[in-house]
Amino acid sequence: MCQMCGCSLPAAENHSATSHPPHDDGHEQLTVLTNLLARNDEAAAHNRAHLDMHGVLAINFMSSPGAGKTSLLEATIRRLRTQYRISVVEGDLATENDAQRIRAQGVPAIQITTGNACHLDASMLHGALHDIRLADVDLLFIENVGNLVCPASFDLGQHRNVVLLSVPEGDDKPEKYPVMFRAAELVLITKSELLEHIPEFDVQRARGSLQKIASAVPVLELSARREIGMDAWIDWLHAEKRANDRRFAAREQVIHEHAHALGVAAEARTGAD
Amino acid sequence: MHELSVCQELVMQVEQIARENQARVSSITVRIGPLSGVEPALVEQAYPLAVAGTCLSAARLVIDSIPVRVHCRSCKQDTIAAPNRMLCAECGDWRTDLLSGDELLLASVELSRDPIAEVSIQ
Repeated sequence: MCQMCGCSLPAAENHSATSHPPHDDGHEQLTVLTNLLARNDEAAAHNRAHLDMHGVLAINFMSSPGAGKTSLLEATIRRLRTQYRISVVEGDLATENDAQRIRAQGVPAIQITTGNACHLDASMLHGALHDIRLADVDLLFIENVGNLVCPASFDLGQHRNVVLLSVPEGDDKPEKYPVMFRAAELVLITKSELLEHIPEFDVQRARGSLQKIASAVPVLELSARREIGMDAWIDWLHAEKRANDRRFAAREQVIHEHAHALGVAAEARTGAD
Repeated sequence: MHELSVCQELVMQVEQIARENQARVSSITVRIGPLSGVEPALVEQAYPLAVAGTCLSAARLVIDSIPVRVHCRSCKQDTIAAPNRMLCAECGDWRTDLLSGDELLLASVELSRDPIAEVSIQ
């Protein structure tokens, strides 16, 4: 039986063609297989191309509301602002509060207010990127809307996803929100200064919860407020920035060689004339 | 929570297919895995709102729910898993790779080219 529509054509005929032959009743089954987030993914690829053109490393921060994304950004900016040119895009349903906190650290911040939308998407980030001079940026931090569900499904064009899990939230969040935590390329257990007051949170159990969703993501513990455990996080950022710089340099080299080869070919043509 | 926008994207893609084929769409099949971040029941609720007033308002929605399947790096078996317990069902190892279960696809559309449809499009 046909696997596509349940008609009685032999299977071999169905799998070889994208269009199913019309049935006697004039119906035709057309196989499509396109991603339903294709439009967002195209916009995200466009954003990534913008960022890569200028060698900007973009990090997308996701977590529940109140897990400490803005506090972590403030502490990170304090540590890195003399070494890198940093810009921040803030996503919230309403208010400029977070952008103002970032600007107080002396770096530019663009606030996206999503209204009732529960996540940032690639077109929203694209709008914000046009307000940033990417040639003057080394690191772009994107603070997504606080939500452990929807932001995970929308690629923005970032290079890395960092997911925060704060101690008061509980150590079983990864298995409760598998889509979000499987998207993480680094998990930060934040507000670690509260570990001694909240014995219910066991760091080993949090790691075990990540293993249940088959994630081998690196996990760091830190307290942005007390500046505990920040070194490992800053080292991770430096390593990611160096890796991105190498990718950028390799790309520039290819463009240069390509331009050079085109130039030589043009000269050869001129010589032949 | 974003199932309505997913349905709106679905409508745009299928409307284009209907235009290109100059045909009426009688049913739409989408493939949704539990790790896609989209809930099939909410897609079913959002679908009538998204197709209202479009040429797809009479098209039936069929949702193909895909189970989570993993490949075990340790014992090399492929087994069915739960979205929040992706261990190998054979040996229990957690080091698995996802084979399927994160799909969010427009799988197929059923087009009808009856004479009435031809007239209504031209």
